[in-house]
Amino acid sequence: MLDIRDLSVRVEDREVLHGINLQIGGGETHVLMGPNGSGKSSLLMTIMGFGNYSVTSGSILFKGTDITQMPIHERAELGIGMLFQRPPAIAGLKLGKLLTATSQLGGEAVEALAQSVNMEDFLTRDINVGFSGGEIKRSEVLQLKVQQPEFIMLDEPESGVDLENMALMGREVAHLLEKDVHIIDRHRSGLIITHTGYILDYVDADQGHVMIDGQIRCHGNPREILKVVQEKGYKECLRCKQM
Amino acid sequence: MQTDVNELEQLSQKDKERLALTGLDLEMTNRCGSFFQIDQDVVHTSCAAEGIEILPIAVALEKYDWVSDYCWKAVPKDKDKYTEYVAKQEMPQGVVVIAHEGARSETPLQACLFLRQEKVQHVHNIVIAREGSEIHLISGCASSAQKEHGAHLGVTEIYVGKNAKVTSTMIHNWSPGISVFPRSMAIVEEGGIFLSNYVCMQPVKKIQMYPTARLAGKGAVGRFSSIVVGTPGSHLDLGSRAILGAEGTSAELITRAITTGGTIISRGHVLGETDKTRGHIECKGLILKDGIIHAIPEIEGHLTGTELSHEAAVGKIARHEIEYLMSRGLNEEEATATIIRGFLDVKISGLPEVLQKQIDDAIDKAESGF
Ligand SMILES: Nc1ncnc2c1ncn2[C@@H]1O[C@H](COP(=O)(O)OP(=O)(O)OP(=O)(O)O)[C@@H](O)[C@H]1O
Ligand SMILES: [Mg+2]
Repeated sequence: MLDIRDLSVRVEDREVLHGINLQIGGGETHVLMGPNGSGKSSLLMTIMGFGNYSVTSGSILFKGTDITQMPIHERAELGIGMLFQRPPAIAGLKLGKLLTATSQLGGEAVEALAQSVNMEDFLTRDINVGFSGGEIKRSEVLQLKVQQPEFIMLDEPESGVDLENMALMGREVAHLLEKDVHIIDRHRSGLIITHTGYILDYVDADQGHVMIDGQIRCHGNPREILKVVQEKGYKECLRCKQM
Repeated sequence: MQTDVNELEQLSQKDKERLALTGLDLEMTNRCGSFFQIDQDVVHTSCAAEGIEILPIAVALEKYDWVSDYCWKAVPKDKDKYTEYVAKQEMPQGVVVIAHEGARSETPLQACLFLRQEKVQHVHNIVIAREGSEIHLISGCASSAQKEHGAHLGVTEIYVGKNAKVTSTMIHNWSPGISVFPRSMAIVEEGGIFLSNYVCMQPVKKIQMYPTARLAGKGAVGRFSSIVVGTPGSHLDLGSRAILGAEGTSAELITRAITTGGTIISRGHVLGETDKTRGHIECKGLILKDGIIHAIPEIEGHLTGTELSHEAAVGKIARHEIEYLMSRGLNEEEATATIIRGFLDVKISGLPEVLQKQIDDAIDKAESGF
């Protein structure tokens, strides 16, 4: 589904990603780990097409189409969606209004979806304005539920989320990624950034990657990577590449 | 009252549409009364609400001798050359709205001033809301689509009596060659509420106004909300002023300004003269295309018991906000328009739904042009 080849990316005159290679097949969920500032969010923002992130070499193929230079909304139309780590707050724009503007869904359908993530009281609020950390994540999940992307990128879905809401987030993300669908019929893919791995309690992941200093230094079983990082820290992943 | 429907029907379809944009409801479905003046001719007045009268100024002066007590009391005749011009007219035109004691109407009264042929239109309006009354006014001002040059001079005096409430919503829809000089002043007595809403989103040559509310009675409240767009070639010098002249009075001045190439000067002045008073000015400006937004908020306190504040911000739409919405599937134009719509969304509390809808419609109409 996603095929990234030798991708280098610059932000504000500084190269933050260096020669990234990453392939994610249909129905697969991958996990991306790595220390703060290593470039994980930058990779997702680049895949989504944000203007600040300019591709200096390499390419991004999505469902066989080269999307490296494609405008953001066309990528969204092709089926890419993203849960943002820090989405902007937009004064005056009601969450409910955005949801109806970005979908064919009527008010009732939106209302029902909002209820499913306990966000019905937020539809008339300005998007992300004064939302708590957990509320922002639920708002993001709600937007993805409306959007129903085929390829879903989740940037730290568990940060700031309390235990009870973690179960809700986990359940919703699993549903978005068709984890309840038999593996043969599952089409949707995901790329999840996580520090804690809590999300792995709800969502099985097929592959893990570790990003260090703008490079993917290690691939493997996500649970095993998590265990190594927890026990020995990311420096262990530096050895990994040399092995 | 006499109704000269023929005159209204003679308006071209295009002019009717322009009037509809300012909130004029020719069908009168959502209005309790109306006043309609083309150039210097009053062509239509009517009012169905009990205890509320809407009269041409000449008629009002004849009918009630006390109306003259309200003439030129709030706005001095010699304030400037425009008020002098209006004051020296032998045949004053304009509307007098009287809400008698305790009379209330949720449904708005409309006053419409249409500039069609004459070079200068002048009006002198007086609004008298007596004790305990409540009225909502919507005044639409527009000029004919064919009209290239002209001026509109309007003096408006508003008297909000004890515990009375007046909402005045003004929607301007002029043409690029028209200059407009409204001069208005409200005096608000004890417990009275004055809400002024102003919308101007269409091209005009020049508007200069600085409506003022003097909160003269204990606990009186004043609020000005303005939503304006400066198109290329437009020069908008707008302001509002509140004088906190009695204990417990409070005022709020809110402006949303967008320039697509025009000049907007957004003034605001709150003067705290008395103890236990509060005032706030908020001006937010968006520069969509190179133009000028010059915010001049002034807060002036004369004693320790007044609490005044202001916030002003001028800038452009943040790129990452547009891109965030694009990632949800909106194209760039849609995302931009959605953010602008949000920016302009100043919900005005205490406004009847029909009036809020009128303001929303004016914004929606303009939004398609961004
Ligand atoms: N818009 C930007 N302007 C300037 N620097 C940026 C920008 N975006 C990212 N960077 C820099 O690029 C580097 C990678 O940042 P990125 O957000 O991708 O890290 P991350 O791996 O997601 O970290 P975290 O785990 O803390 O979220 C950082 O040094 C960051 O400061
Ligand atoms: Mg990050």
